[in-house]
Amino acid sequence: MKELSLHILDIANNSVAAGASLVEITVDEDIENNRLSITVKDNGTGMSPEALSGVTDPFSTSRKTREVGLGVPLFANAARQSGGGIDISSQLGEGTVVTAWFMHNHIDRQPLGDIASTFVALVTESANIDFIYRHILYDKIFEADTREIKDKLKQVPINTPEVVLWLKDFIIEGINTLRR
Amino acid sequence: MKSLAELEAIRDKTLSEINMRTDRQGGIRIVVGMATCGIAAGARPVLGAIIEEVSKRELKDVIVSQTGCIGVCRLEPIVEVYRPGEEKVTYVMMTPQKAVEMVTEHIVNNKPIKKYTIGEADK
Repeated sequence: MKELSLHILDIANNSVAAGASLVEITVDEDIENNRLSITVKDNGTGMSPEALSGVTDPFSTSRKTREVGLGVPLFANAARQSGGGIDISSQLGEGTVVTAWFMHNHIDRQPLGDIASTFVALVTESANIDFIYRHILYDKIFEADTREIKDKLKQVPINTPEVVLWLKDFIIEGINTLRR
Repeated sequence: MKSLAELEAIRDKTLSEINMRTDRQGGIRIVVGMATCGIAAGARPVLGAIIEEVSKRELKDVIVSQTGCIGVCRLEPIVEVYRPGEEKVTYVMMTPQKAVEMVTEHIVNNKPIKKYTIGEADK
């Protein structure tokens, strides 16, 4: 993976597979403390303590087709190589929270990358699931919440091409406004 | 600046088309592999290119969706095309450029691009 946004897509897909109805993605750029953190929180099925303890092991997976699962290990590696780490907490029946943190200015810290494309890929595939994207920079917050968007759209599906293109621009503009 | 209020205008504009879309039957399905292997190999820009091309050409009876690992990770990004009544076509090692070409030739002109398919991959 070349960008953190690709890891976010991969980890959030795990939330979708876990039957979540709401997935919250938070990117927090705490420049003063040189820390970037990414949290993916879902209300899916959650994991047992046994499953949780093996989740960063590449040879641990719940899928039946083969015996490796690389999503979480790759994300953990991206965090560790940039002076950070990963923390995963989960409760059966409650959901899972994955938090990875990075030294913001570390030379091996991957760029955040194309967050808008990640969000659009998630929303178009799982129109019945709600997603929140929250980006914090200093004291400013940008938030995109598909529940508010669907409320405006009423019977028009969120994965309609016109809406998808709007959503992509909405996120790009929102993040750019934070950086200004 | 984009605002949620704009969505109401989009909603009103697209409502009539939506009814056509939900009524459609037997449309073409384009499926992009979006597991860890696919994402790492570049599936997300491929998906984006397909969605953009399909909406640019206003192809109303085409559904673009995603799936997990197809099982041939070394040939990712993989794109499958399902046309009703025809055998599935599997494209391998896709790029956004190849994907746009695929929409033009295969979806619009109904001429699958053989050289990008899985059967040609190991020759």
